[in-house]
Amino acid sequence: MTMLIRNGRLVDPASGVDRTADILVENGRIKAIGQGLPEVGAQVIDASGKVVAPGFIDIHVHFRTPGQEYKEDIRSGTAAAVRGGFVGVACMPNTNPVIDNVTVVNYVLQKVAAEALCRVWPTGAITKNSKGEQLAEAGDMKEAGIVAITDDGRPVENPETMRQAMIYAHQFGLLVMDHAQDKQLTGDGAMHFGKVSSYLGLKGIPSVSEELHVARDILLSLETGARVHIQHVSSKTTVDLIRWGKQMGAKVTCEATPHHFTLTDEIVLEMNYSTNTKMNPPVRTEADRQAILAGLADGTIDIIATDHAPHHFDEKEVEYQYAAFGITGLETAVGLTVDRLVKQGVITLEQMIRLMSTRPAELIGVPVPALKEGAAADITILDLDRTWKVEAAEMVSKSKNSPFIGWELTGRPYATIVGGALRMQDMKVVTE
Amino acid sequence: MTGLKRKDILGLKDMSTEEMDLILHTAETMKDIMKRPIKKLPTLRGKSFVTLFYENSTRTAKSFEIAGKYLSADVTGIAIASSSVAKGETLKDTARNLEVMGIDAVVMRHPAGGAPHFLAERLKCSVINAGDGMHEHPTQGLLDMMTIREKKGSFKGLKVAIVGDIFHSRVARSNVYGLAKYGADIWLAGPSTMLPQGFEDMGVHVTTRVEEAMEGADVVNVLRLQLERQEKGLFPSVPEYHKFWGVNPARLKLAKTDALLMHPGPMNRGVEISTAVADGDQSVILEQVTNGVAVRMAILYLLLGGGDAA
Repeated sequence: MTMLIRNGRLVDPASGVDRTADILVENGRIKAIGQGLPEVGAQVIDASGKVVAPGFIDIHVHFRTPGQEYKEDIRSGTAAAVRGGFVGVACMPNTNPVIDNVTVVNYVLQKVAAEALCRVWPTGAITKNSKGEQLAEAGDMKEAGIVAITDDGRPVENPETMRQAMIYAHQFGLLVMDHAQDKQLTGDGAMHFGKVSSYLGLKGIPSVSEELHVARDILLSLETGARVHIQHVSSKTTVDLIRWGKQMGAKVTCEATPHHFTLTDEIVLEMNYSTNTKMNPPVRTEADRQAILAGLADGTIDIIATDHAPHHFDEKEVEYQYAAFGITGLETAVGLTVDRLVKQGVITLEQMIRLMSTRPAELIGVPVPALKEGAAADITILDLDRTWKVEAAEMVSKSKNSPFIGWELTGRPYATIVGGALRMQDMKVVTE
Repeated sequence: MTGLKRKDILGLKDMSTEEMDLILHTAETMKDIMKRPIKKLPTLRGKSFVTLFYENSTRTAKSFEIAGKYLSADVTGIAIASSSVAKGETLKDTARNLEVMGIDAVVMRHPAGGAPHFLAERLKCSVINAGDGMHEHPTQGLLDMMTIREKKGSFKGLKVAIVGDIFHSRVARSNVYGLAKYGADIWLAGPSTMLPQGFEDMGVHVTTRVEEAMEGADVVNVLRLQLERQEKGLFPSVPEYHKFWGVNPARLKLAKTDALLMHPGPMNRGVEISTAVADGDQSVILEQVTNGVAVRMAILYLLLGGGDAA
């Protein structure tokens, strides 16, 4: 089975590539790159006028398997991933049961082998049942295939537990993904604590609830030498703390989500308490958003990740205070990144590719997608100039909880190729 | 007199002065009716509404019921313990079931801000907010405004001091949103742990010094202190609260001699307000309660009654 990607603009900053050429794919790998390659017998994808990039990877998704497949499962989650231009994802362990031992890891990997349309790397819980008490079997789970440990959704409160977890993870070279949140400070807040929550009479989540844990875990990283990755940064001070941590030599990295670099807390007012504006951490003020944009531009923020958090309609069709936290992100991430960052001149196309392909792969230690002969054919093709509307009816995730439904964006993924197989073309999922 | 051109009463933040004028004017007429020996109008005969209360309330629920009965509406009261909200029937299902029984309006009190907005988007019948979390309490705001206007004639330039736990207060928010539109000089005073963010942007003064707020005030509106805030660490003790923020005779002397003393009730005597003040000459607290019925009659009439004047 061969595939010819014809006449695209190949952009791969890590390999120093930016030129118009064809890519010939054979047996799942890039066989040749050059001008006028033969298309005899090959599946031809016309990439004229489009950007051919190393495949995008999202290291922060919730695929709800096992236990909450009514929200999302491996099949629907990976369908959303490939529709959104992603060739691989890392799924979070806050499932039921929690991914905290090899048996559950293996269950997820079996589902992945049977159902997935893209690469899926599980992550494991930091502590057993994510209770923040005893360490989970990180070494055993790493051998089974996890790429990181994380407390996403249920932060480790006890600093001594977190310190030991970092020391323990470090010996296995495991990344610690850190959902930084002090639960006492968060309380039962529902949106960013500030002017808008005050006007709307909603309980607030102060920025310091994130910043306190970010500061703590940067210091613990300095002390233990462990690699800590701050998930979904939401505040200016968080960006400042991470910049400081990097200067101090801490092995700290971080991610920003499209919603945190696009929206502010005003969206809750504008959308009249729509529960699709409720996520944790919440979107905050314009000053926070600007700091995130600056962090993306200057490299303080290492990657873009979605925190794709599907929820059933019923879980969002309630009063704001009682609605589930989280929004879907896989099918809108590329569009928002092109429209809001690249087109606005916040980052370059090359930076976007580093933020969404090269660096995410490096962080979780999986093969780094690259446009070079011999590399796995994990490729994302972008149509930077196509203007389109985000439609709920076209989404393939089981859940439609996105505040971006109805938005018009310029730029979207055109094709997703995973291991040489075409999985999406023109935002339609290809299953055969 | 024509009705309000809106389906719901959710808050004063999105209500125009024309609409508020109409409600306040109609409420004066309703107050006259309340003084008649036969306090019954056939205006809303054949109309029905429910009071759906997810929080305890005596005054507001009964005030709506009495207002409805004076206008001959059929009123059904439903009280639901808020503890059962999360596990029981959803708000949407409860309200839709009531709607298909043919009711014309839902009057709702709910502990979550925005709950009536959620409902209003999903029901064809009217939704009247009787207090949503710490967001708004529009009928309380309007009855406070009616009381002020009766005594002071207008709102423009009046110094209005609102004192107490502003942060958690839907009464404070509705007062601010309503009075600010008429150009009142609004002062919010309370302990720093109970002051909200962002109201300075609306031209409202925010201070921790109750004396500063009350100095030369035309109106002093004292908010109820929820005593469980002490357990959450927002104030150390009742005596300390009373010492620094309680409205007592000495502090009331800072206000104008004809200043009005208001309280939305229920009062904690000796905590946020001294008995001497609550029962003093300047107190209009009981008139607020009377005006509450009048304002609610006006709103029910304007939303459900439509066309002809009373």
